[in-house]
Amino acid sequence: MKTVYCRPKCMKEAHFHYCPGCGHGVITRLIAEVVDEMELRDKTICVAPAGCGMLLYNYFDIDTIESAHGRGAAVATGIKRVRPENLVFSYQGDGDLAAIGTAEGFHAANRGELISVIFVNNGVYGMTGGQMAPTTMLEQVTTTSPAGRDSVLQGHPVKICEVYATLDGTSYLERVAVNKPAAIIKTKKAIAKAFRHQQQKTGFSLVEILSPCPTNWKMSPLDSCRWVDDVMTKVFPLGLIKETKKC
Amino acid sequence: MKGFIRIDPERCKGCSLCMEYCPGHAISLTNRLNLKGYFVADFEDKKECTGCAVCAVMCPEVAIEVYQIEKTDER
Repeated sequence: MKTVYCRPKCMKEAHFHYCPGCGHGVITRLIAEVVDEMELRDKTICVAPAGCGMLLYNYFDIDTIESAHGRGAAVATGIKRVRPENLVFSYQGDGDLAAIGTAEGFHAANRGELISVIFVNNGVYGMTGGQMAPTTMLEQVTTTSPAGRDSVLQGHPVKICEVYATLDGTSYLERVAVNKPAAIIKTKKAIAKAFRHQQQKTGFSLVEILSPCPTNWKMSPLDSCRWVDDVMTKVFPLGLIKETKKC
Repeated sequence: MKGFIRIDPERCKGCSLCMEYCPGHAISLTNRLNLKGYFVADFEDKKECTGCAVCAVMCPEVAIEVYQIEKTDER
């Protein structure tokens, strides 16, 4: 008998607190798999966000530090500058990186800090009950945009990857999704690539992951996976946005 | 049967993504509840499983372990 798939070694036995069908669970697992495969369990430091991913330290059996809301990139900068031999990544949602932490993320990218950011984009503030986020799409209904997001009143969705691509400090930016098996495999490769960019000191790397949020989108898990393909990828096109050097 | 899976019933939240993406439709939702109160998915022994691990790739709860039966095991 051959084991084809089992739990990654750098995950603890704790059960996830995420809602059924949430993309966070897949992303957490993929990071653990990449860390296992790169054999960096002892050298990796994770910076956990405020938001749905805040309990990451319960799931990862790697060193994890909790940052203040939105300050993940700033905390990761500090750790990386003090301990350049470690692999440092921050895990941030759209409320964390694109709203309250805009300055920290943007300027860490502009300085070309040698950190990786895993940016989970689900278009809403998940943990607080599905309010409108900067990444909410036009006409998307949330609890604070019940008639749908209106560009006149509430502005346009923020495309973090495209904004960061204009900065000289960034070396690797890719947008991926976790809504179907092929996309999940691509996401894992993108995370591994971001970590390799960090190891080779090419600059700031960020992977934006479109992740389903069935509870706050008020859909079934399967419908939310389809909605990522049908609606979200039209606004946030998948693919490699920027890579300065092949890694 | 070339492969089989084990689903941890206490981790499963019944999101049904594994069922939808399984190429052999070998997983189904049961009427059993776990401690959290979710109806859990379970593997149907009689259906064909190749051990492709698509279910484990999709599972957001890391609840699925996949095994393949090698020829030496069948003897």
